[in-house]
Amino acid sequence: MSDIKNATTADTAPTPDDALRTADVAQKKGPVLAADGKPLKKSLNRALRLQKMRALALIAPLLIFVLVTFIAPIADMLFRSVENEIVSETLPKTTAALARWDAKGDTIPDETIFEALYDDMFFAQESKLHTRLGSRLNYEQTGVSSLFRKSGRRVEDMGEVYQDQFEDFDDFWKTGENWNSIMGSDEWLAEMQAWNANPDDRQPRFVLRKGIEDVLPATTESYERFAEFVQVKDEDNLLKEDPWAIVYSSLYADLTRADTAAISAYNGPAAAQIKAAAVAAAGFETVNLSEAFFDIDKDWGDIDVWRTIKIYSPKFTNGYFLNAIDMQKSIDGPEMRPENERIYGILFWRTMVMSVSITLSCILLGYPVAWILANLPTRSANLLLILVLLPFWTSLLVRTSAWKVMLQQQGVINDTLVWLGLVANDDRLVLINNQTGTIIAMTHILLPFMILPLYSVMQTIQPTYLRAAKSLGATNWTAFWRVYFPQSIPGIGAGSILVFILAIGYYITPEIVGGTSGTFISNRIAYHISSSLNWGLGAALGAILLAAVLLLYYAYDKIVGIDNVKLG
Amino acid sequence: MVALTPISRTAPGFYVSVVAAFGAFFGVFIGTGQGNLIAGVIGGAVLMGALAFVMTTIIKNERAARWGITILLALGGYLLAGFPGLVIGTFFGWFFGFMTFWLYEGRYRAKVPPYLTPGQVLWHFSFRTICGAIFVFLITPILVVMPLSFNAEDFFTFTPEMLRFDPAGYSLKHYRDFFTSSDWQNALRNSVQIAPVATLLSVTFGTLAAIGLSQPHVPFRRAIMAILISPMIVPLIISAAGMYFFYSRVGLQGTYIGVVLAHAALGIPFVIITVTATLVGFDRSLTRAAANMGANPVTTFFRVQMPLILPGVISGGLFAFITSFDEVVVVLFVGSAGQKTLPWQMFIGLREQISPTILAVATILVIISICLLTVVELLRRRSERLRGMSPA
Repeated sequence: MSDIKNATTADTAPTPDDALRTADVAQKKGPVLAADGKPLKKSLNRALRLQKMRALALIAPLLIFVLVTFIAPIADMLFRSVENEIVSETLPKTTAALARWDAKGDTIPDETIFEALYDDMFFAQESKLHTRLGSRLNYEQTGVSSLFRKSGRRVEDMGEVYQDQFEDFDDFWKTGENWNSIMGSDEWLAEMQAWNANPDDRQPRFVLRKGIEDVLPATTESYERFAEFVQVKDEDNLLKEDPWAIVYSSLYADLTRADTAAISAYNGPAAAQIKAAAVAAAGFETVNLSEAFFDIDKDWGDIDVWRTIKIYSPKFTNGYFLNAIDMQKSIDGPEMRPENERIYGILFWRTMVMSVSITLSCILLGYPVAWILANLPTRSANLLLILVLLPFWTSLLVRTSAWKVMLQQQGVINDTLVWLGLVANDDRLVLINNQTGTIIAMTHILLPFMILPLYSVMQTIQPTYLRAAKSLGATNWTAFWRVYFPQSIPGIGAGSILVFILAIGYYITPEIVGGTSGTFISNRIAYHISSSLNWGLGAALGAILLAAVLLLYYAYDKIVGIDNVKLG
Repeated sequence: MVALTPISRTAPGFYVSVVAAFGAFFGVFIGTGQGNLIAGVIGGAVLMGALAFVMTTIIKNERAARWGITILLALGGYLLAGFPGLVIGTFFGWFFGFMTFWLYEGRYRAKVPPYLTPGQVLWHFSFRTICGAIFVFLITPILVVMPLSFNAEDFFTFTPEMLRFDPAGYSLKHYRDFFTSSDWQNALRNSVQIAPVATLLSVTFGTLAAIGLSQPHVPFRRAIMAILISPMIVPLIISAAGMYFFYSRVGLQGTYIGVVLAHAALGIPFVIITVTATLVGFDRSLTRAAANMGANPVTTFFRVQMPLILPGVISGGLFAFITSFDEVVVVLFVGSAGQKTLPWQMFIGLREQISPTILAVATILVIISICLLTVVELLRRRSERLRGMSPA
């Protein structure tokens, strides 16, 4: 502020804000004020804040739109690559029981785990979930799918041994209504009766009788699940449904357990029948569940099946990612798959190598074209640029189908070569359904993405530099290599990263012209999502590909800046 | 540096041997076509060298000589290979006539700087030939599709009738098939219903956001930009897979709205890029001037800013439109049979029952892209003119 005085009093002419400045000087170091008397700094900050808010408010709708329609799906996919709830959801008791089982030993789980498995399988097959779990585990060990399907069909029969014995012992156990009167609370029974008379309303949800779970704990649990299934999933009248076999198995388990005090003390409904059944149950024929499961399929005696279930019990797994890099989870931790089952390493490598060769051929073909575009007079350059932009604007499928038509054995290229006599008619070139086809077609499709950034960089290189180099005695090659080429490297970098990013994730063209040997990792992802339905593995492969692409994207942003992407 | 180089006639040894070399080169193809490579090479070299010598030393009149060689070679081609031979012979005749006098009169040096050595001149023309070959590579697939779509047979190659230019070899039956088949018409209708709505969504949101992004002080500008551009960078198969999972969860999978939302998301980067590029040259003082004269922000936007950035907005919209119109991967996963679009139908056609109707569709699509390209190019020039960036 000290030189303001000089400015106002000395050599320059007076300006309109002189008065303000002198006022400031007069105020002696007080804050500079805006017109409304507030400190200028504050007002400026406020204006800046307002401006930022306005900018953000303009951006917000789109940002939210992209986050919801695009970023959220990607996040969902990433989540699916580790999510593994199906095992513990379908087999809750088994997975809990297996936690105590020593998977490294060489004995298969004991009878208690088979009891848990019986419970889980019974409910799973009622809600038809066992086949889904079977196909999930089949990705890890072949044969599990059929094992589960077979067991699901026959697990229902297993409990019937007890059901038949209870029903033979006393007809009381046959009907659902008797069961309801034991298990359900009095209020609920009354509501059910009212609903039964007038079944237009919603069915009252099952409510457990107080105290019954102390007497018959296992039965209560089974019956509750049964009741929920009938009422919620099937939407049937619970009063008219007879219980499943598993309820009888649980009843048998409850009645024959060591601690009979609760049963003898019980005095609720049907106390007499329960007590009588308890006495009789001691003499019932029993079922050995592990034997019964072995009977269904001897694979239940295979320790590897149990290990697989145990390994995949947790809610989240890195199993899909291990599969995606040709490894597998084993009881001793991750290990490589056998040599003949490794396919993803090869596939990633092939994707990599082919993307690099496509990028290189794009550089090779794009560099001369960009050079000539940059060095021709504007009018002819614009004309030639149309030849570059036309493929760029033409539908991808049109270009792919054109290549399919041209590269076929009976296609235009082979026909021309045969006509010229360069290739024998019975020895036509195999140009399609292999790597050659993919590389040719994709080089053509991605070439404009190389030419356009190269062209825009080369336009800024002064042609006089080359002439200067030559006049200083450089040979043609030296002048190009030491003077021109280094200046064009930013263009090569920008174009290469762009082409490589696009190439590495290509799907359509390899699918159509690649056959089996010319396909990329994307084709495998699509296969897992639409054909094999191994979504987790597809998601894991996608996550790896995405990581690679994002890394390149970051590099591109650092080198070129995303703001500098130009189109056409 | 144009036409400053003095030119003079060259020695016969030079031009005759160069023309003979070209003759030998083309003789390779004629020779292998007729089953005798050596005879083709030698015959081509001798014939062309001799013709060049005769034209320059005996006929001398350039016009007469060039007509003469064209007619001569055309007749020769016709005798050798019929009608296609006639076409190729005419081309060769024109080419060698031009070549001979171009070299003989020394015209080839006229447009290159005078200080170039012969080696550099040779490289200059070889380089142009290489570039020409690359341009041919770029454009041939598109050009080949067009005539093939008029094929009267269900083949994917030129039939002998087509090569003879026999009208019987051509027909519009693939186009008829396209316009009458219910599959294709459904696909066309779906495409036309999806792309404009998706475009409208991305242009509206995208333009607003681009204006926001071009303000001088935007917090997290880089991160926001990275997110908004990401649909262009993330491989389509990953976007498609993610959308398939997520849209199934929220019940949008297999619906029209789901496909439109997905396509709008894919089109947004193009709108952002083109509109921000246009806004770079936008003079902010214009909006301040409008505000100064009492216009409210909405009026300012529609009466001042919008007309100036409109070319950019429209080309962004065209990009978004073509993205949606061409898109196949995402619609394959997010859509169901009811949203089968034109590219989807083409994809099925290419993968399963390959039918030449695809070529007719491809030709129509190429024509549409030519129109779009023209519009975008005109808009770009107009935008540059409006912003005073182009001397024209």
